Amino acid sequence: MTVEFAIRTEQLGKSFGAKRVLNRLDLAVPAGSIYGLLGPNGAGKTTAVRILATLLAPDSGRAFVLGNDVVSDARAVRAVIGLTGQYAAVDDLISGRENLYLIGRLLGLRPRAARARGAELLAAFDLAEAAGTRVRDYSGGMRRRLDLAASLVGRPAVLFLDEPTTGLDLASRNQLWETINGLAADGTTVLLTTQYLDEADRLASRVMVIDHGATVAEGTPDELKSLVGGLVLEVRPLRPADISRAAGVLASLGGAGAPVTDEDLITVAVPDEEMVTTAARSLDDARIPVRHLAVRLPSLDEAFLAITGHHALPEPESTELEGARQ
Amino acid sequence: MTAGTVGTAGVAAVGAAGNPSLVFETGVLARRNLLHVLSDPEQLIGMTLQPLMFLLLFVYVFGGAISGSTRGYLQFVLPGLLVQGIGFGTTQTAIGLNADFQHGLIDRFRSLPIARSAVVAGRVTADIGRTAWTSIIVVGVAVVLGFRFHGGLAGALGACVLVLALGVAMCWLMAFLGVALRSPESVQAVGFMTILPLTFASSVLVPAASMPGWLQAFVKVNPISIFAEAMRGLMLGGPVATPVLQSAAWIAGMSVVFGALTVSLYRRRA
Repeated sequence: MTVEFAIRTEQLGKSFGAKRVLNRLDLAVPAGSIYGLLGPNGAGKTTAVRILATLLAPDSGRAFVLGNDVVSDARAVRAVIGLTGQYAAVDDLISGRENLYLIGRLLGLRPRAARARGAELLAAFDLAEAAGTRVRDYSGGMRRRLDLAASLVGRPAVLFLDEPTTGLDLASRNQLWETINGLAADGTTVLLTTQYLDEADRLASRVMVIDHGATVAEGTPDELKSLVGGLVLEVRPLRPADISRAAGVLASLGGAGAPVTDEDLITVAVPDEEMVTTAARSLDDARIPVRHLAVRLPSLDEAFLAITGHHALPEPESTELEGARQ
Repeated sequence: MTAGTVGTAGVAAVGAAGNPSLVFETGVLARRNLLHVLSDPEQLIGMTLQPLMFLLLFVYVFGGAISGSTRGYLQFVLPGLLVQGIGFGTTQTAIGLNADFQHGLIDRFRSLPIARSAVVAGRVTADIGRTAWTSIIVVGVAVVLGFRFHGGLAGALGACVLVLALGVAMCWLMAFLGVALRSPESVQAVGFMTILPLTFASSVLVPAASMPGWLQAFVKVNPISIFAEAMRGLMLGGPVATPVLQSAAWIAGMSVVFGALTVSLYRRRA
């Protein structure tokens, strides 16, 4: 395959009624890489994936998968893609084995080959024991694994994963991340949408941040983090009673940003490492003992906040964000 | 989990067996829909017993009052009951198709390199199989109860063909409802509200002559009456040409109109 970019869009636009969902989106995903499309709910991530997977026609602009136009050459696109959507698109009423056999047959595999491919995937996704069980008796994690297996039956060169780990427990998520990394190592191009910044950080070699259907930033995760500039100072007071007073002290430091408190952890943006000494001295002057004082690079979430002016996701499990919103 | 077994990019498995045709894809998807029935004994028992229950209730509850004897009513009502059974049985087409949309399964099918009409055609094909199964059961039991064919072998064969053709037409109507309506609940409600009045306000259960004039006017144009008359002609002997031709026209019309509507709606529904 001599296509430099496995996925490419040019000025892609889509509206639903009066709502502009995609606004001149330009996307270029290098072949064989994992590319993260990052943005909050309603940013247009799913719409972009649905257009690329030929499920939705764009209003304007063009999109190509391995050089094939998703509108005029939809069938060629469908032959090379796999899609795992937000909800597991598997047939509840038949077994996992029958699900994969069905997809294999529809992809033109002969019965024996379709059975073999299904068995191979069931084993790889740790579903061999549940192969004959009806999918409606599967756990959430098993359904997701089967869903991903179903999108891999045809050994797609390009895989779309639309928020693949939403609703998964930590163990299942880690397992899925491992699988996705393995696919990319094998040469599959993966376009991953996510609201989880750590997911994009962990998997993607490049990330595009979109908001309201338009690109707000693009680059490697480290480049995006550096867009924030400066560093983040973390302070954990020894006594919980001191938290608000400590935040006040940090707020009064010259050049520091607004402190953000999450339980007993206070974070504040600082321009350089010298601020550590300044902060330590000020806290000591105020007689506030601390048990943790450190500087680090900003997280992707802090980058997102800096770029878009709002957090990526008001997700309960992301406590750092919860604290920040209060 | 080793990556090597999971996928080798760039090697599309598609095309090894050539370009599968619409007929092949329809067959694969019809098999899937039949598996639903076979793997769900409750559904299998339900779809087999429900038309039998109708048969027994109508014959033994109303038979004496309407025809003077249950045996006589059995002869009168069976051909029409087969039509009614197809009507109620094919509501499953609408419900099943709608469920595929609800579960996102349609997205999976639509992202595969197959004909988009294959999903609907597969559903319709499987449901015609179901229709044939329930019709055979009902006729078998009716024969045991004393029903006799008086239309000769040609009539009996003609009735079989008509049942299948009717199954096709009703399936397309129901497929349309399944794709057009949003929730499974509304599909169930609308399907029931369509089939119940159409089959009761017809000549399926009683001769139209006993009804008030305004209702008779409706019953006469109701295609269900026309189908029932055609079935009666074929199974009992009697006039067949007019009702069979009218039935054929209705079946062709319904299949073309609702088939086209369903497939175009299916293509557009996001």
